[in-house]
Amino acid sequence: MMDPQVKTIDQAEYESAPVGESYLASVWRRFKRHKLGMVSLGLFLLLLVLAILAPVLSPYDPNAIVGGFGQPPSRDFLLGTDLSGRDVLSRLLHASRISLVAGVLVTLLSTTVGVSLGLISGFFGSWVDSVIMRFTDMVMSFPYMLLVLMFAAIFEPGLWSIILILGLVNWPGVARLVRGNVLSLRETPFIKRTQVQGLPGRQILFGEILPNTIAPILVHATSVMAFAILDEAALSFLAMGVQPPTASLGNMLGDAKSLTILTDKPWLWLPSGLVIVILVMAINFIGDALRDAVDPTSSRS
Amino acid sequence: MSCKRKALRSDQVLPQLIKLEDLKRYYASRSEEKWFGQDIVRAVDGVDLTLYEGETLGLVGESGCGKSTLGKLAIGLDQPTSGQVLYRMQNLHGLSGEAKHRARLDLQMIFQDPYSSLNPRKRIYDILSTPLLYHGLVEKHQLDQELKRLLDLVGLPANSVRRYPHEFSGGQLQRLGLAAALSLKPKLIVCDEPVSALDVSIQAQILNLLCSLQEELGFAYLFIAHGLAAVKYISDRIAVMYLGRIVEIAPADELFARPLHPYTQALIAASPIPHPDLPTDESKLLTGEVPSNIHPPQGCPFHPRCPLAQDSCRETRPELESDGSYPQFGDCRSYRKSHCVACPVMLTKWHKARQEGRPMPYAFPGAKRTAPDYLEERDEN
Amino acid sequence: MRTKGILRYILKRLLIAIPVLLGITFLDFLIMNLAGNPLAMLMGPRVSQGAVEARALELGLDQPLLIRYGVWLGQVLQGNLGYSIKSFEPVAGMIRQQLGPTLMLMGSSLVLSLLIAIPAGIYSAVKQYSVGDYIIVGFSFLSISVPSFFLALVFIYLFSSQLGWLPSSGMYTLGSDRAWADVAKHMIMPVLVMTASLVGNNIRYIRSGMLEILQANYLRTAKAKGIGQTKVIGKHAFRNALITIVTVIGMQIPMLFGGSIIIEQVFAWPGLGLMTMSAILARDYPVIMGTALLAAVVVQLANLVTDIVYVLIDPTISLE
Repeated sequence: MMDPQVKTIDQAEYESAPVGESYLASVWRRFKRHKLGMVSLGLFLLLLVLAILAPVLSPYDPNAIVGGFGQPPSRDFLLGTDLSGRDVLSRLLHASRISLVAGVLVTLLSTTVGVSLGLISGFFGSWVDSVIMRFTDMVMSFPYMLLVLMFAAIFEPGLWSIILILGLVNWPGVARLVRGNVLSLRETPFIKRTQVQGLPGRQILFGEILPNTIAPILVHATSVMAFAILDEAALSFLAMGVQPPTASLGNMLGDAKSLTILTDKPWLWLPSGLVIVILVMAINFIGDALRDAVDPTSSRS
Repeated sequence: MSCKRKALRSDQVLPQLIKLEDLKRYYASRSEEKWFGQDIVRAVDGVDLTLYEGETLGLVGESGCGKSTLGKLAIGLDQPTSGQVLYRMQNLHGLSGEAKHRARLDLQMIFQDPYSSLNPRKRIYDILSTPLLYHGLVEKHQLDQELKRLLDLVGLPANSVRRYPHEFSGGQLQRLGLAAALSLKPKLIVCDEPVSALDVSIQAQILNLLCSLQEELGFAYLFIAHGLAAVKYISDRIAVMYLGRIVEIAPADELFARPLHPYTQALIAASPIPHPDLPTDESKLLTGEVPSNIHPPQGCPFHPRCPLAQDSCRETRPELESDGSYPQFGDCRSYRKSHCVACPVMLTKWHKARQEGRPMPYAFPGAKRTAPDYLEERDEN
Repeated sequence: MRTKGILRYILKRLLIAIPVLLGITFLDFLIMNLAGNPLAMLMGPRVSQGAVEARALELGLDQPLLIRYGVWLGQVLQGNLGYSIKSFEPVAGMIRQQLGPTLMLMGSSLVLSLLIAIPAGIYSAVKQYSVGDYIIVGFSFLSISVPSFFLALVFIYLFSSQLGWLPSSGMYTLGSDRAWADVAKHMIMPVLVMTASLVGNNIRYIRSGMLEILQANYLRTAKAKGIGQTKVIGKHAFRNALITIVTVIGMQIPMLFGGSIIIEQVFAWPGLGLMTMSAILARDYPVIMGTALLAAVVVQLANLVTDIVYVLIDPTISLE
């Protein structure tokens, strides 16, 4: 029934097209070209493995008194001991574990909340959208650190309440991002087409719109994670976060608020500070590489 | 070459598929002038139109005249402000249950921009199979066969299913969009400028494909375009839209041979299809800006740009009126072959010219009046 | 027409700000309710139990939440933010006292970070992919990745402990005559740390803003030929750069509040942040909520001003 010539032309075009590659595969291909991103990913994975294996790798129990008080690094205690005589290296490994747990869970929690609110806001529109967006504005008007400290003052400080608090104040960025994406996608022909084809709202929302916002959400999630790790550290540093004796990167630095420790025992605070910097920097570089990989037309920034 | 089918040229009575009755669609938009409050955009402003089963109705007009909105209204993708859409004599928005579901599948659409009309994150397999499986149109074990059949229908190889939309050219994507529409076995496909984003060589292929598919499967098209070339090629009938209203409607050949509305005459003159009687320099014709559909002119919406405008044009808005060719069928809108125009001034001029045996009158100066006699034209039909 | 549009936009923007401000106060009130009784907090602790109860009835503590909120809001609007549980001072007065040092710190850090970030961001964008660009971008990544309190510790370690150049904390040397030079010396480290943590974000933002302008200008140059072209581009670029800077300032305001809490804590700088932090540690809710409310209102007003400045600077911006 087809005009044979028509078919041949399209056939030729078809043959010359590249072989099927999924979107995520192409993102990964572009990500791999980003050297700094790959190095950062390696570094991040290394820290992740160290943190996961902390109980195995730690030479001592992180909370046990195993040596003299405030001993400088030695053969027995590679990073010295703290003022209570606990091994700093063991505490550092366990502290990175805590920080990563906080970072990952806060990211998951806030992304879930943000994505849900953003999808609802963008898809339903009208008054639902207005209410959610005004609420988002309100949450965003409170200086973030102050809001977190306010909640920390009301609830008992600790790892889980920190995760909950950070998770529940970090969502507005994601929500706005997802909403914006939904709003622009909703007007695209391919979404109109699924409407015409009689697919139900939930299928359109979760099956068509959501997969198209995954990439920007992923990029945003990396920055949320970087912030979450910094904020957990800041809160613990201010004694409003993870409580002793549990070690976290922030509360290990908190000891250095005393000038004598700061001056005389740098092994107590310098390593945990450096671990934060390396960890956060790696995550930020991964996010940057991911941004380029997701949208090849955007300039490196 | 043209793809008009013989059956449709006869006087055979076709069943009504879609009937639009005094359809209006107004949008509220933020006002440019008022401090608060909104402007009303009259995208579609009182359209009566009937679409018959198996025919192709072309809908032309400048961008912003409301033709895309009309297309969306016709298949229920948009809700009218007032008036109704009858699908096989039943109000489309009053349907429920099985009838509603069936109507949803029967009324399909293909879009202007092929590159954004398929989900970029999904393989063709998923894009085509999701609606089929959701609506239970095929059994799972027959799915592959059905996809192969659909792709074959639109002239694409079966292994396309493994690919992503970005791996196809514009023409191929338009074929895929068509396959997606066809998979639901529709009765009407609204084509919203389906070829205007494509290269000219590809345009012809797609138009041919649309024709042959219609020949084979027998559904109707509402073919929306701003250019006349594609519309002339594919349509059985053509409706001309101006500022939310139909100003002229006639069988395709008839409209081109004897455009009555001054706006239609200007459109034809401006189109790349040469017309012996009209000056080809469009700049001479449509002067003045397109009036806004926020504040449409009083009376005839075309009068600010019309050389024939009289006082009456500025006061009363003309309704579609038959040219009198088929008086036995009464209302001009209910007969497929009648030629209707919303311009009493031109209609009077034309009747007078016919009585006096003079050639077809044209609204715009500079047109050569060497038209073949209108009576000969009529005989051809 | 445009002027009218701008006026209408500003008016509309103001009207939108009102529900958000009300919402902020309501949120503040709700959080206070979680912590205790906001109306009782308003009265201060030096009143006898009997008087509290009498006053409670008078204020309508037995009324539903919304009415209590109304009463509370009325007091807040009159400037009564309640009394500190610890020092028995009125919160509004405490804030007034501590505001000066904090504004000094915030203002100098903001100005300094812009003075560094604007030239660095522009240079980085103009010389994209040059060695200088890589160094600047690398530095900005370092800036956003280093926790400010860690940087503060490193600074104190270096400049106070090891080199002894600068005082490690406070605003004045004890027993000194509170001379400006003394204050300035105490300010150097807190301002540098705060600047360092702000500057990375500023550079990144200004750089990408400038890159956009340059790309737009490239096209413009290709099209425009003839006299006055440089002038047009210069004017256009300047306006867009200004918008970028306004955006950066708008974004920094909330971050400044957060940053000042941590930095004032480390350097014992006697400002709002230090006061807030000690209030948080002491669970002094009226003080915490008072500052939170102030900060939220300031942030909201900053957003408002930013939005209005946008439309005043850029005539092409959409008034939606």
